[in-house]
Amino acid sequence: MFIRRFALAALAGVLIAGPAAAATELLNVSYDPTRELYQEYNAAFAKHWKSETGEEVTVKNSHGGSGKQGRSVIDGLRADVVTLALAGDIDQISSRSKLLPDNWQTRLPDNSTPYTSTIVFLVRKGNPKGIHDWADLTKEGVEVITPNPKTSGGARWNFLAAWAWAKKEYGSDEKAQAYVHDLYKRVPVLDTGARGSTITFVNNQLGDVLIAWENEAFLAKKEQGGDQLEIIVPSLSILAEPPVAVVDKVADRKGTRKVAEAYLQYLYSEEGQRIAARNFYRPRNEKVAAEFAQQFPKLELVTIDSAFDGWKSAQPKFFNDGGIFDQIYQGH
Amino acid sequence: MSRRTSPVIPGFGLTLGYTIVYLSLLVLIPLGAMFVHAAQLTWDQFWGIITAPRVLAALRLSFGTAFASAVINSVIGVLLAWVLVRYTFPGRKIIDAMIDLPFALPTAVAGIALTALYAPAGLIGSLLQPLGIKIAFTPLGITLALVFVTLPFVVRTVQPVLADIPKEIEEAAACLGAKPLQVFRYVLLPAILPAWLTGFALAFARGVGEYGSVIFIAGNMPMKTEILPLLIMVKLDQYDYTGATAIGVMMLVVSFILLLGINLLQRRIEHP
Amino acid sequence: MSTSNLPSLSAARRGSPWGRRILITATWIVFTLFLLLPLYIVLSEALKEGFGTFFSAIIEPDALSALKLTLIATGISLPLNVVFGVAAAWCVSKYEFRGKSILVTLIDLPFSVSPVIAGLVYVLLFGAQGLLGPWLQDHDIQIVFAVPGIVLATLFVTFPFVARELIPLMQEQGTQEEEAARLLGASGWQMFWHVTLPNIKWGLIYGVVLCNARAMGEFGAVSVVSGHIRGVTNTLPLHVEILYNEYNHVAAFSVASLLLALALLTLLFKQWSESRLTSQNSTRETH
Repeated sequence: MFIRRFALAALAGVLIAGPAAAATELLNVSYDPTRELYQEYNAAFAKHWKSETGEEVTVKNSHGGSGKQGRSVIDGLRADVVTLALAGDIDQISSRSKLLPDNWQTRLPDNSTPYTSTIVFLVRKGNPKGIHDWADLTKEGVEVITPNPKTSGGARWNFLAAWAWAKKEYGSDEKAQAYVHDLYKRVPVLDTGARGSTITFVNNQLGDVLIAWENEAFLAKKEQGGDQLEIIVPSLSILAEPPVAVVDKVADRKGTRKVAEAYLQYLYSEEGQRIAARNFYRPRNEKVAAEFAQQFPKLELVTIDSAFDGWKSAQPKFFNDGGIFDQIYQGH
Repeated sequence: MSRRTSPVIPGFGLTLGYTIVYLSLLVLIPLGAMFVHAAQLTWDQFWGIITAPRVLAALRLSFGTAFASAVINSVIGVLLAWVLVRYTFPGRKIIDAMIDLPFALPTAVAGIALTALYAPAGLIGSLLQPLGIKIAFTPLGITLALVFVTLPFVVRTVQPVLADIPKEIEEAAACLGAKPLQVFRYVLLPAILPAWLTGFALAFARGVGEYGSVIFIAGNMPMKTEILPLLIMVKLDQYDYTGATAIGVMMLVVSFILLLGINLLQRRIEHP
Repeated sequence: MSTSNLPSLSAARRGSPWGRRILITATWIVFTLFLLLPLYIVLSEALKEGFGTFFSAIIEPDALSALKLTLIATGISLPLNVVFGVAAAWCVSKYEFRGKSILVTLIDLPFSVSPVIAGLVYVLLFGAQGLLGPWLQDHDIQIVFAVPGIVLATLFVTFPFVARELIPLMQEQGTQEEEAARLLGASGWQMFWHVTLPNIKWGLIYGVVLCNARAMGEFGAVSVVSGHIRGVTNTLPLHVEILYNEYNHVAAFSVASLLLALALLTLLFKQWSESRLTSQNSTRETH
C-alpha cells in the first residue's frame, strides 16, 4: 500500500512539475568553464530585468562539454540561449536542426562573442620544468595535460594554438604536424572536458603543465589558494571566441524571445563586461578592458578566421574522423 | 505454442502477455530504434566503422579488461563465497552485507573515489609510484575499477550453491583420503561450476559496457585507454549518430549472444 | 547462512587451521582494499571541513531538488518493475513454452547493455531528431531532457532486478502448493495472494532492494537523457558530478555520502530480508 501511495505522490509530483514553467524562465545551455561566470551573471541579469521591466526572470543553466551540449540542443534540449565554446558547435545546431538561421553569428556585435579568452599554460609552483613557451612543452621529461579535442571545445582551441605557434616558428604544415604529434605523445590523460583536465592536473597532481583556457587557469589558481600554481603566457596564442546566440525557434515557442535577446545583449553592457572580466574572461568593451588591463597580459594572438579560415574548414581538417588529430594516434 | 506443465494454474496468458508488452515498450522498441538508425548504413559501411583501428583498439581494451576483471573476480568471488559460507569469524556479517555495495554505490562516485585512491598522488597510488607501478590511467586501472563494480556477481551466484552442498559429501571425500585440492576439484567444482560460469559471464557482460566508474580512471587515450562506451560518446559529440549506433549495435549483439549462451548452458545443466 | 563452525564438526572438513586463517585473512584484505577504502575516501573527503559544511551541502536547494528527482524516479520505477518482475517470473517459472530461453535472455539484456546505450536509445526514439521526435514536438510533449526521460532510463537499467531474483526462487518452489490451493477451490487471485505471495515475499523484497539501490545510483544512462539543468533535471549522482566539476569537492563527497547512506540503509534492509528468507526456508524444510 505504501508503495502505491508513494507512486501516486510521485506521479502527482511529475504532473505538477511539468507545466510549472509558466513564470518566465530561461535556459542557458553552456560549456564547462563558464559555471562561475553565469552563476554571477544570471543573478545580475535577473536584477537588471526586474528593474527595467518589473518582471521576474530566473535563468537556469546547463553545463557540459561543448559538443555534447550542442548535441543535446539538437536532440531537443529546450535552450533559449546557447553560450558555447566555439562557433562550430552552434553552426551544427543551425545546420542540423534549423533552430536558428545560419547567419546567427552576425546578429550580435564582435562575431557574437561578448567576451574572449586565450590559451595559456598552468604550471606548478616555481615552474620546476622551466616552461616559458610552446617549444618547452616538448622538452625531454615534460608531461602535458590537455583534454580530448574530439569531445572538448577548449581542447580544440588548445590544439589550434599549438599549431599556430608551430607553423609560425617552423614555417610549414608538415613541421607543425610533427610538433603537435610530439606534443600529444606527452599527454598521459585525455579527459573528455576542460574541467576534467584541470581537476586531473590540480587535484590528482598529474603532469607538469596544463594547457588551458586563460579563465580556467585563473580560476584554478584562485580555487587553490593562489600560491601552488603559476600561469605562464606563451609568446603566441589564439584568440578564443566563445560565441552566444538565441535559439530562435525554442525562444519563439516558449515566448521568451524578448528576454532571451535582452539576456545576451546585457552581456555587452558595462556591468555584464565587468562580470565577465571578474570571472577572468577578456572583455570586449574598451573602457572595462582598461580597468582590468593589469589582469590580462598582452600577447600576440591569431584568430580562427585569419589563421585557419574559420571553423567550417578547421573542424574537418583537424578534428573529424581521419583528420590530423586522429593521425597522431593511428600512425602509432 | 505453449506446453503447460500444470494446467490448473491460471494466468499464463495474462502474465506472458504483460511481460511481452512491457518488455517491448521499455526495452525492445527503444533498442529497435538503434537498429533502425544503424540500418541507414550499408553492410560495408557498418563493417568499416566497427573494424576501424581505433574501434578495434577500444574493442580489445573493453573486452580484455572486462575479461581480466571477470577472471580476477572469479577467484576473489569464490574465495569470498567460500569464507562467508563455511567460516564464522568476527566481521563476517558486515562483510556479507557490504558485498553488494558496488551495486548500490553510484558508479560516478565509485569512479571518483577509485581515482582518488589510485592516482599518483592518491592514498595507494603514492605508495606504488616509487615502485614504478602505475594504476590510474592505465588498463590496470580500468581493470581494477571493473573488479570493484562487478565484485558482487560471482559471490552472489556461487554463495547460495555452496551453502546448499551438504557438508557430509566433502567430509566423506576427506575421510576417504582426498586432499583439500582434490576435494575442491572433484567434489565442489562440478557443483558450483554452472553458478560460477554465470557469475563470470554476468561480470564480463557488465564490465564491457561499464561507463561511469571507468571514465574517471581510464585516461581516455585513443588506441590505448579508450573504452568502447567512451568511443560511442566521442562519436556522438561529433554528431556522428550512425557511427555511434553502429558500435552500439555491435556491443548489443555481443551482449545478447553472451547472455543467451549462459541461459542455454544453465538450462542444459538444470534439465540434462 | 549455515552455522558451520560448531565444535562438533569434524576436523577433516574444516581443513587445517592455517588454511582457514589464510583464507579469512585474504577475505579481509580483499574487503578492505576493494570495499572499505573507497568508502573511507568518500567519507573522509566529505567530513574534511567538519559536519557544518557537510550538512549545508546536503540541505542546499539544488541538492534537495536532486534528491527529490531521484526519489521520484525511484518511486515510479520500483512499483512498475515489481509488477513486471512478478508477472515475468510467473510465466517463466510456472509454465514450459518454446522461446523461453530467448525471453529470459531478453529480460536479462538491460543488465549488460552499456548505460550509455540505454540512454542513447531513448534519445534516438524520443529526441527532436528521433523517430517519434516530430510527433512529440507537435503535441508539445517532452520526454528526453525532462523528468519522463530520466524515469525511462531508470526503468531500463533496473528492469531485470526483481524478475532475476524471483525466477530461480519460484522455479525451486515448484507448483504443488498452488495446485493444491486451486484444487481446494481457490480462485486465481486468492491463490496468488494467499499462497504464492507469502512464499516469495522475502525474495521479492530482496529484488526490490537491489532495484532501489541501482535506481538511486544510476549515472551513465541518466546522464545521457538528463540535459544537466541545475535544479531541474539533476539527480543526486549527476549533482555529485556537477559539484565535483565546480571544485566543490567537499560538497561533492558530502552528497555522495548521502547516496552512500541511502545505499547502506538499503543493504541493511536487504540483510534483514535475507535472514528472514533463510529462516523462512528452513522452517519450510523442517515442516
